[in-house]
Amino acid sequence: MAKTDIKLTVNGQEAAGSVEPRTLLIHFLREQLGLTGSHIGCETSHCGACTVDLNGKSVKSCTVFAVQADGGEVLTVEGLAQGGELHPLQAAFAEDHGLQCGFCTPGMLVRAHRLLQENPDPSDAEVRVGISGNLCRCTGYQNIVKAIRNAAQAMREKEAAQ
Amino acid sequence: MIPASFEYHRPGSVDEVVSLLAELGEEGRVLAGGHSLIPMMKLRLAEPAHLIDLTGVEGLRGIAEVEGAIHIGAMTTQAEIIKSDALAERCPILREAAELIADPQVRALGTIGGNAANGDPGNDIPAVMMAVDAAYVLRGSDGERTVAARDFYQGPFETALAVGEFLTAIRIPAPPAGQGQAYCKLKRKVGDYAIAATAVTLAVDGGVCGQAAVALTNVGITPLYAEAASTALVGTAVDAAAVEAAVEAAVAITDPAADLRGPVEYRRHAAGVMTRRAIETALARAKGG
Ligand SMILES: Cc1cc2nc3c(=O)[nH]c(=O)nc-3n(C[C@H](O)[C@H](O)[C@H](O)COP(=O)(O)OP(=O)(O)OC[C@H]3O[C@@H](n4cnc5c(N)ncnc54)[C@H](O)[C@@H]3O)c2cc1C
Ligand code: FES
Ligand code: FES
Repeated sequence: MAKTDIKLTVNGQEAAGSVEPRTLLIHFLREQLGLTGSHIGCETSHCGACTVDLNGKSVKSCTVFAVQADGGEVLTVEGLAQGGELHPLQAAFAEDHGLQCGFCTPGMLVRAHRLLQENPDPSDAEVRVGISGNLCRCTGYQNIVKAIRNAAQAMREKEAAQ
Repeated sequence: MIPASFEYHRPGSVDEVVSLLAELGEEGRVLAGGHSLIPMMKLRLAEPAHLIDLTGVEGLRGIAEVEGAIHIGAMTTQAEIIKSDALAERCPILREAAELIADPQVRALGTIGGNAANGDPGNDIPAVMMAVDAAYVLRGSDGERTVAARDFYQGPFETALAVGEFLTAIRIPAPPAGQGQAYCKLKRKVGDYAIAATAVTLAVDGGVCGQAAVALTNVGITPLYAEAASTALVGTAVDAAAVEAAVEAAVAITDPAADLRGPVEYRRHAAGVMTRRAIETALARAKGG
């Protein structure tokens, strides 16, 4: 099958590739761009481990074709830390034990990032609904919710200080 | 989990979609949010030779009020349905149902039109559209026609859409004054299709029910418009006896499959419980509760 050239912005940098239309975005990111932060958990659109930000929306990159992202903007977990400094969400996950095995973490972080853009001060219940498309088999979610709320607070404080 | 090969098309206008569909015939399939189609393609339950991506097609997105009626573009996402306060004000059942669909990531891409056109009896939007008596606007090379949601579903993944046609918009007539609406869904977890779910609209005037519509999700091979249940409520005070009659009439038309969601008897019972709850909730809302 003929390949299609695609060009997109990934974590603020231009990325290009040649893909079959059936290539899934997650495979393009991991195999062609070498961005293996986003994980493949279920590959059936359920677990959210493959969550990335596409054009300002949280999406499951195992359920999007790379050609659909042509011309778009993607953020993966690799793009969260800036200038060698952890993103407040990453810092809070480390501080609050928001992870155990870490498999769900890249998807959780990127999803939480979008959630806090939409709602900078979510309640526990809003966080739980917000991350309901991301499964974690280790933590029982308690510390993930705590980490996201603490990160939200840190981000609000940082914003206010600026 | 890699789909079979296909050719990808990204038209920019409705007319281009129509000519691609005419040219490709049975080989062409439209791609909306992809959250039913791509999973099916990965399982090789669907192997379209050509995918026509509607994402870049102009004029298929948005919610508008036109002469009292509500027009929703087919490519409006489920997340956009939830976000619209104006829509929640005019027709609250849409937000209520959309919040019960899948999870945030799925709703970010999944569309209202894809959910309506898919033809899976597990989809939540069809019963809602039957309850609000929506019309689907279909476009093909012979122009435009509308089909009532209540007449659209013919079998599992079989709809009134002809080869060469696609859904451009959904039109919902102005809900009558004093109408209450409710969607009640029983599911095992977030992101699961309904064990059973019921959509109800009903209007009361002077204590008497002047309009009622009951429709059911995932308890038959298609979404079901429960006509006898609807009729059982009209002209009554929606008292206990009328509700009982409507629930019985609704359960009578269910024919669910036994699957991971439970045995037949359980799912029929659940359909009754959801129907009762939806009627009672819609009634309370109609009375301003
Ligand atoms: C984990 C998960 C959980 C889910 N849970 C639920 C749930 O609880 N309830 C629920 O209702 N759904 C659920 N869904 C399905 C989801 O809502 C889909 O988004 C929806 O069913 C299809 O919409 P789409 O825009 O993604 O369409 P697509 O997947 O792109 O298309 C689906 C089908 O409809 C056709 N189609 C799409 N748009 C049009 C159009 N405009 N005209 C003609 N044909 C068209 C396509 O050709 C295809 O055959 C779930 C999906 C996932 C992955
Ligand atoms: S790998 Fe994409 S949702 Fe699980
Ligand atoms: S930390 Fe192991 S799956 Fe979430």
